[in-house]
Parts: sequence; structure tokens; C-alpha cells
Amino acid sequence: MAISDLRVAYGPAGRQAEVLRGVSLTLHAGELLGLVGPNGSGKTTLIRAVTRGVKSLSGEISILGEAVASLSQRELARRVAVVPQAPLLPDGFSVLETVLAGRTPHLRLLENEGQRDCDAAARAMRRTQTWELRERLIGELSGGERQRVVVARALAQETPILLLDEPTAHLDIGHQAAMLELMRTLCREEGKAALAVVHDLTLASQFCDRLVVLGPGGTVAAVGEAGEVLSASLLSKVYGASASVFPHPKTGRPVVAPHPEGS
Amino acid sequence: MLRRAAPVATVEVAPNEPLALPRRSFLPRYLLGIGVLAGSALAALGLGSTAIDPESIARIVLSHLPGIELDEDISATWRSIIWEIRLPRVLLAGLAGATLAMAGATYQGVFRNPLAEPYLIGVATGANLAATIVVVSGASLAWHGLSLLPVAAFAGALASVGAAYAVARFGRAAPSTTLILAGVALSSLSTAVTTYLMIKNTSNSLTIFSSVLGGFNGTRWVEIAWVLPYVVIAPVVILAHGRILNVLSLDDEQARHLGIDVERTKLVLLGAASLAAAAAVAVSGTIGFVGLIVPHAVRLVWGPDNRQLLPMTILLGAAFLIGADLLARTLDSPSEIPVGIITAFFGVPFFLYLLRRSGGAAYL
Repeated sequence: MAISDLRVAYGPAGRQAEVLRGVSLTLHAGELLGLVGPNGSGKTTLIRAVTRGVKSLSGEISILGEAVASLSQRELARRVAVVPQAPLLPDGFSVLETVLAGRTPHLRLLENEGQRDCDAAARAMRRTQTWELRERLIGELSGGERQRVVVARALAQETPILLLDEPTAHLDIGHQAAMLELMRTLCREEGKAALAVVHDLTLASQFCDRLVVLGPGGTVAAVGEAGEVLSASLLSKVYGASASVFPHPKTGRPVVAPHPEGS
Repeated sequence: MLRRAAPVATVEVAPNEPLALPRRSFLPRYLLGIGVLAGSALAALGLGSTAIDPESIARIVLSHLPGIELDEDISATWRSIIWEIRLPRVLLAGLAGATLAMAGATYQGVFRNPLAEPYLIGVATGANLAATIVVVSGASLAWHGLSLLPVAAFAGALASVGAAYAVARFGRAAPSTTLILAGVALSSLSTAVTTYLMIKNTSNSLTIFSSVLGGFNGTRWVEIAWVLPYVVIAPVVILAHGRILNVLSLDDEQARHLGIDVERTKLVLLGAASLAAAAAVAVSGTIGFVGLIVPHAVRLVWGPDNRQLLPMTILLGAAFLIGADLLARTLDSPSEIPVGIITAFFGVPFFLYLLRRSGGAAYL
């Protein structure tokens, strides 16, 4: 997936506020790309622009050589699956029914889910440890379980590209690690490409192949491997944060530890 | 190299048992729905100032099929009661009930709002306003023997929904919340204007009042012919979208992620539901609660999957309004109680009971 010079603005015509001002990035097959940046830097907007939830002013987004603008919504959903931030799920449906909704782009109007779709849903549920929950109703799940169900639904779409908006937001530290580990495995073993918004810089640094840092002005502040990108000077420039950056004793990748100013 | 510390992080390797198809059979509940509908239709055909037994009813109705003569020994009065009076009335009540309930279920799914139903979003109030304007204007109410009121009501209902859609639309999208708020606002405006016109024209108030209150008294076959195209086409379109409506009840963004052209699908579903509801309101007047109570009752009993919710809503909506109309004309015989009062009087307590029984777990 390639994005070049993307510009997106919100608001009524004439008084539009530009959120993304010329963002370019490339997501390679087999790669887990971490998207980080301060609040309001346009991370979610970037994901929305790819799935056409917002209109871009200019710029081109292409997937496997095809322009996103030329695809139908259905064709797009067979190529890109999205795990949105804190999505609403109707309480009355079972986990299985919810995951099977991921098969929607593969079904025709009057078609119901067949064995092929159930197999895809079963694979997705086993990978996300939601298999045991399959009979439960969404309303009975914890926040973390819900989050994994949404990821399972996205996996059931069987797309080459995954976009995840804070997939670790409602998870405890064990499930955070498991979630990003799963994404890494999917990218390595199945050649998927994943773009994940991760707020926790240390977590992003440990698991992602590369990081894209969006700055407060809606531009790319830095791209590259965590070790090249994360530095105290970048953190103070982009986040306005005082933090120490030192290598993780096991992985050697940067750990970001904020501290009080002047200490 | 990265090493996992917590055992919770292991990717589960479960035995690869295949997932059984989650295809529960909906047949038993459909048969139940058909049974309830048939029972209420038979009761409505048979009961009244003249009681007629089911066998005679069947013979009279069947004798109208070409080449069948079964009614020789049945009195002409009975034949005329069934064929000219009760059958058209039962059919229209059934069609209106099915349509209003189905439209309610569709609006609730599309708007993701448990309160959405044809009356709330302005279909009925727009119809009432248009009908009132026709009555007040003193224009001839009939044209070659056809009443103009349903035509005006139909136009008013569509204009009201269309206006709400036009207000809520920005570019290609009409956000659900904006749409429903616009509908509620326009609905209040229509009601205010209707009330004002009624007060100003006391001489015509009775005509307006009875068309606003609604009912099936004096239904003729021509009215059924009039609504039939809408109430047949709309359910076909809506039933075909059962699975899509499940996805749409997530939210616009997720539905888009799952490959649905949200705006186009919404337009198709709202268009079909509104056309059918407008036609039903035009011939039957204001009958509240059907579009609210029936879909929620089905949800509370059988769950929210629209693939079974929509057919069950159609069957039970028809049965409910046929039953309500039977009570409307028999409880206080020989005078009639407006059917809207019956639907509220019996429907609301039943609905409150279901709500209470669900332990506060009402959902969409």
C-alpha cells in the first residue's frame, strides 16, 4: 500500500482545518508498521482516508497498484480490513455472528454464510483466542474480549492489509503483547501488511518493524526503525515531552520513559 | 530476539475442528407466526354482530376462486358480510400492520435508534397535514369515485421524509442522528400546522379528526388495490437486505469497513420502508405503536438477527393489527373505537411487561 502526498481537511467549505498536510508513506507486504504521534496529529484520519470515511483534498492512495478511489466499497473491503478505535457492537448478537459479519464483502446480497465462511471465522477466532467465547453474547463480554472479537472479525475478512486503530487500547499488558505478537506473526507468516496506531511508544518500538511518526502539524516527522526514530530530541519536538530513551535489556530496541521536567 | 514472558501470549493451537454452520432453523417460529396470523384473521372474519363459522368462511372465500362453487347453501347476507365487508377490512388491517411493523424494524436498524418508527420520523404527521390541507381547502374529495385523501396523504408522507433527508444530507452522506432529528423536528411542525388548521376550521374538524385517528371502517377492495404495489414490493426489497441490515446496525464506519455502500443501502432501505409506510398511513390513518411494539417484542423474544426479525415482524404485525381492529369494532358495538386507541391500550401494557421481563436488557 502506498500513500503519496495525502491532504485531508475537516469542516465546512471555506473554513476547513487541514488535518493531514501532505503525508506520504509506503506499507510493504510482510511488514508491521507502527503509526505513532501525539493526540490530534491525524492518525485516525489517515486510516479513515484509506477507507474513504473522509474525503481527501488531494493525494493518491493505492493498494497493490490499484488506486483506492477506483475500487468499490466491497472491493476495498476485500483488500483492507480495519479494527476501529472503540467500535460500537450491538449487544444482542453472539460472538460468532459478529465475527461472521467479517465475511460480508465476500457474500452476495441474497447469499448466507457457507462452510467456507465458517472456516474463515473459526481460524480468525482461534488466532485471537475468542474461540471459547463463540456462543457468548457481545453484551456479556469484557472490554478486552470485545476488542479481540473486533480483531477476529477483521481477520475473517481475509484481506492482505490490516489497519488497526489502537488495537491494544483496552487490553492488559499480557494481551497487549499477545495482540502485537499476533500481528507480527500474521505479517511474517502470511505476508499480510499491517498498519497499527499504537500510543505506547515502548510497545510500538518492541514489536513494529518500522515506525511512522506524525507530527502535530499533520506531516510525517520521522520514518524508520524504532532505534533510528525514537530519540529524546524527537520526543520533545513532536510531543513536547521530557523523556529518556534507552535500549531494552532483552531486545535492544528503545524504551521510552517519561520523567518530570527538569529532573 | 524477542521472547514472550507471559503464558497468556501463546497463540492458541486448538485442534482444527471445523466450525459447524450456525444455521438454526427459523421454521418453528415462522410456523408459529403463520398460525397466530391465521388465527387472528379467522377470528376477525368470523366474529362480530353476525357470527360466522370457519367452515362457511373458507367456503365463501374459496368460491371466489375461478371454477369453484362451494357457497350455494350459504345465505347471501353471510356471503356479502364476508366478501364485501370483513375480508377487505381484515386484509387492509393485515397489510397495514405488516407494513408499519416492518417499516419500524427497518428504521430501527438503519437509524440504530430503538425509538425510530414511521410516526417518529414524520411519515404519519406529513400524511395527516396533507390530508388536512385537502379537507380545509374545500377541494372536491373525490375524483371519478376515487377518494383523493389517500393520494394527498401519500404525497404528504413522502414529502415529509424527503424533506428530512434533504435537510440531513451533506454531500453523499446523511448521518443517522441528523436524519432522525430532522424527522422529529419536521414531524412536530406538521403536527402544529395540522392542529392549527383544525382549530381554525371547526366545521371540517370531524372529517379531519377521523382521518387523523385512523381505522379500517368501510374498507373497500379498491383501497387494497391501491396500496398493494407498495406493500408487496417494499417487503421483497427489505427482506433481501436482512443480513446487510445486521451489519448496518453496527455503525456507518464499520459497515463501510465491511464493504457496504452505506449511503446507497440506507437510501434503498429508507425509500422502501417509507413508500410502504406512506401507503399504509394513507389508507388507514394514524395507528401508533405497531412499528414500535412489534419489532421490539420480536427482538426481546427471539433476538436481533434481522434475517428472522423482519419476517416475524411482518407476520406478527399483521396479526396484531387484525386483532386490534377486531376489538375496535366489537368491544363497544355497535359503535367503533378508533383502532389506534386499541393498539395503545393493549399493546403498551404488553410491551411494558416484555421490557420488564427482559431485566432492563432491551437492545437493538
